[in-house]
Amino acid sequence: MLIKRRSEIPSSEITPKTVYMNRRKFLAGVSAMGATLAVGRELMELISPRVKALAGTKLSVASKSPFSTTETVTPENDVTHYNNFYEFGTEKTDPAEKAKNFRTSPWTVAVGGAVNKPQKFDMDAILKLAPLEERIYRHRCVEAWSIVVPWIGYPLSALLKQVEPTSKAKFVAFESLYDPRQMPQARYAGIPFPYVEGLRLDEAMHPLALLCVGMYGESLPPQDGAPVRLVLPWKYGFKSIKSIVKIKLVGGMPPTTWNMSAPNEYGFYSNVNPTVDHPRWSQAKERRLGEFFKRPTLMFNGYGDQVAQLYSGMDLKKNF
Amino acid sequence: MKSILSSRWLKVVVFLLCLVPVAQLVWKGFHNGLGANPIEFITHATGDWTLRFLILTLCITPARKLLRLPNLIRFRRMLGLFAFFYGCLHFTTYIWLDKFFDFAEMLKDINKRRFITVGFTGFVLMIPLAITSTAGWIRRMGGKAWRNLHRLIYASAMAGVIHYYWLVKSDVRRPVRYGVVVALLLGYRLAVGLYQKYSASSGTGTPKQLETAESVAHTV
Repeated sequence: MLIKRRSEIPSSEITPKTVYMNRRKFLAGVSAMGATLAVGRELMELISPRVKALAGTKLSVASKSPFSTTETVTPENDVTHYNNFYEFGTEKTDPAEKAKNFRTSPWTVAVGGAVNKPQKFDMDAILKLAPLEERIYRHRCVEAWSIVVPWIGYPLSALLKQVEPTSKAKFVAFESLYDPRQMPQARYAGIPFPYVEGLRLDEAMHPLALLCVGMYGESLPPQDGAPVRLVLPWKYGFKSIKSIVKIKLVGGMPPTTWNMSAPNEYGFYSNVNPTVDHPRWSQAKERRLGEFFKRPTLMFNGYGDQVAQLYSGMDLKKNF
Repeated sequence: MKSILSSRWLKVVVFLLCLVPVAQLVWKGFHNGLGANPIEFITHATGDWTLRFLILTLCITPARKLLRLPNLIRFRRMLGLFAFFYGCLHFTTYIWLDKFFDFAEMLKDINKRRFITVGFTGFVLMIPLAITSTAGWIRRMGGKAWRNLHRLIYASAMAGVIHYYWLVKSDVRRPVRYGVVVALLLGYRLAVGLYQKYSASSGTGTPKQLETAESVAHTV
């Protein structure tokens, strides 16, 4: 039997001589192109620096807080790449990408309403208003996942005392920035904007309620609510409103975004409560990011000793 | 086109393509690509692919007729079984990584949470279809019964879309998109059915063909 063997390289696969001779030129061209691109990017950066001046600034922290947990802190990369910030898209990975160029400077927070001294604070004023503390808090999302974050800030009460609430002030209403030009994704989110939140005045004055300007030793990154947000560790995460521009002290219970969107699912208080399920899922357990097994959710997210007395005598099943 | 469609190798190629999504998950799993909440990522990915394969399966019949490519039928069972495969992965993620085999907890969930009730229903409805997907079962059941049983895929697809719609918090764009596609595919069948009924009653329709297992398998 004759077995044909193809011993020669087919002529179609032989590189034409001219191309072969030009291979050095080609390589030189590719490297030149790469270098041009790299230099060009540097130049662009010089001409129009991405507005990131505030985000990523180191913050010096005066003191550690006795309120801090000793639990393992969640890796920063998880906390900055798994976000609910619907103004920048509804996927968890959206905010890290779509908020990259969010302009957080200049920034002012207007505080008014039932107060003696309504004021507009710029970020400088906010940063200097009280000594910054680091607070390592558990943070429990209403979607049954949780993280542990070293926040930086000071008690919200410090800001509120500056404006001197009058006796008419019973609640505090908060409002996030809504800039459709910077947040084109927002119109698909399915909830109304600007995002609004609210607290009872005694909740807002509670020492655990943090006015937060940073985390992990630096100023807040845009996707985590730069430049200034609330952190309320005993409540579901959505109560901790991000990128605040307005604070108003009011007499009646203010509207809150998720409550307006689905009143049977999200109450005004939204305290973490393992015994009251979300209508669509259980709140008894949670998945701490980075852990395989679920862990039981604690009443008031483990801050009951501090905050339970705020709600004594209230039916927490009704006032969920 | 027609000769490519009937090639033996194409079936192997399609089979391997259908495995790409699960291969991707495994790859990402070993390369830190599943994000901060890997279990949620896997749950969502397998759920998405279950719906996509259900939709692909439902596309076969209209595509055969509209594109005049009857040979496409060769791929329908495979696509349907892959829908079931990804449904199994999705269900396994739920019962293992979410409930850790706490069956009492699972039954409570199915009973209490309507998005899980409807999702579980959609999954269970696929089981008899997977079992009876062989030529032997078409013969044993008889064409008409088999065809009727396999219409359950319509319910399964609808259940899948509702499951997704009820699950999301507020941004319903993606479940609605799936819903529109499923509605179109089911609407096509409704329209064809009504047309045939109308032309049959007006007496101008083509005489009914004798039903064989093969011809029946082609009409669902």
